[in-house]
Amino acid sequence: MTKQTVWTLAELDHKGQLDPVSFEMTARAQNLDAEIHVLLFAPTGVSDETLVPLFHHGAHEVLLLENDAFTFFQADVWGRLFADVARKENMNVFLAPADTLGRTLLPYAAMLLHTGLTADCTALSLDSETGLLDQTRPAVGGDIMATIRCEAHRPQMATIRPRSTAVPAPDVTRTGKIRRCHVTLDGKALQTQLLSFTPAPAEIPLAAADKVVVVGRGIKRPENIPAVKEFADSIGAALGATREAVDRNWLPYSCQIGLSGRTIAPKLYIGLGVSGAIQHLIGMRTAETIVAVNKDPDAPIFKVADFGIAGDCMEVLPHLKSLLAKGGVK
Amino acid sequence: MLEIILPVKQVPEPGAVRIDESTGTVIRKGTESVINPLDLHAVETALRLKESCGAHITVISMGPPAAEKVLREVLALGADRAVLVSDRAYGGSDTWSTGFILSEAIRKAVPDFDLIICGERATDGDTGQVGCETGAALGLPVITWVEKVSCESKTLRLTRATDRGSEELLAELPALIAVTKAAGTPRLPLLSGKIAARKAEIQLLTQKELALDPLCCGLKGSPTRVVKIFHPKLARNGILVKGSTRENAELLARFLEEREVIL
Repeated sequence: MTKQTVWTLAELDHKGQLDPVSFEMTARAQNLDAEIHVLLFAPTGVSDETLVPLFHHGAHEVLLLENDAFTFFQADVWGRLFADVARKENMNVFLAPADTLGRTLLPYAAMLLHTGLTADCTALSLDSETGLLDQTRPAVGGDIMATIRCEAHRPQMATIRPRSTAVPAPDVTRTGKIRRCHVTLDGKALQTQLLSFTPAPAEIPLAAADKVVVVGRGIKRPENIPAVKEFADSIGAALGATREAVDRNWLPYSCQIGLSGRTIAPKLYIGLGVSGAIQHLIGMRTAETIVAVNKDPDAPIFKVADFGIAGDCMEVLPHLKSLLAKGGVK
Repeated sequence: MLEIILPVKQVPEPGAVRIDESTGTVIRKGTESVINPLDLHAVETALRLKESCGAHITVISMGPPAAEKVLREVLALGADRAVLVSDRAYGGSDTWSTGFILSEAIRKAVPDFDLIICGERATDGDTGQVGCETGAALGLPVITWVEKVSCESKTLRLTRATDRGSEELLAELPALIAVTKAAGTPRLPLLSGKIAARKAEIQLLTQKELALDPLCCGLKGSPTRVVKIFHPKLARNGILVKGSTRENAELLARFLEEREVIL
């Protein structure tokens, strides 16, 4: 029996190299045991060598849509092109990162294609016979996940949280086909202009950190932040926060972990006063070791924790700091 | 003067949400509804544009009749006109159907608009898709994650956050933008605004006025369907000790040492 085909979106970074999130999408498609086609919007002149890593990560074919105007994202222009390609290629499944690009391009195209789109999927499964895609995402409120299907419309489209997918080691012997398609655009169609671009600092410490200490509402007062920060520094951890802590302006939005913030998968996660709303758990549950200190022994965070202390985190903190800073327990 | 449209959503008060396990839709009955907090940043953006270059603001919401409350809230803050899109036939719409219905309501209510300003996403569904889908249905340029906006002679100057940095953009109108929290801290209403909003007339658009294709509306007109609702199994069966004692901190330190996660 022939394999199902799954399309994924690849992205270039501002230096013209493939963004690693592209490989997370092909990894998802690999998990579905599909033949993988990749769509990429790029300025003219991207070399074949630039695209080769996509083949190493499982792609069978790359469709490159080229135009000099594709140095920056324009939802209307890309969305219309995407819809044309999706129809022409008879796409059945399309996966894209749930980042600023994917979360804008996909809904735009979904409307034009009159098809469904599921945001922030955490699990996917593809029926090899019917080609139906089960898309699972956290649903509103509480500890609930919903599995969503798009039965009668195509393509079935889903966005997936960046950094929520393990990427297997590349197979450097794999090759594939590149289809270049130079797109001609009507000048009048371009209603947006890029004046300038300022790159963000090279690395976001939080997303890349081995250890993360996260503060939740349970630390009670913003005055407690410096002590937590000091502890985090002493064990070489980055500082994160729950949505509740960010909403109270205790830490900036860039620290927010969870559905509406970042997804992290550190070696060690330490939650201080974090209760563990599902929206937060979605963003950290793949951490290798999870530690939580929270007053409420029934807090959901303890369900995912490897080690929990039901107690006041600000009372435990000084003990923990002195114990760990000395290089461990005697 | 800019003709601005502000789509807003009423959401259940945080923590009070329940789900109808048979349809997978949100149960709104019996829970207190508030304006989606992220929409308030869109409201603030619109009010600032009104102050800096003049605007007429229409706030629009699709929802049950009770959504009138959030419309009055935005009127109290300084919107000029309010439209409620409400019909049983629209209940249970997914993001595609909602985008479709909203776009048709906008066409009907304010055909000559210049700018639609949305919040980043609604805090209940958390998809952030409806704004983009509405813009697509209207054939507009859509610019999301906007942190700063100014307007000069019907051209917008925008700062957009991306995953790799920040962009300065010019966009011709008409357009749809979705703003983040960074766009501005929401103001509080004045008493005079509240009094005026209480008496303001709210235009109601139902299926009778819009006459939309029933196959594009509500549960039946939604391409996506919830097929299963379940409680995720996240449990790790870890150790739980009780009390903020030094002994417990020692147990934890030893545990971390054994796992070799702290050097």
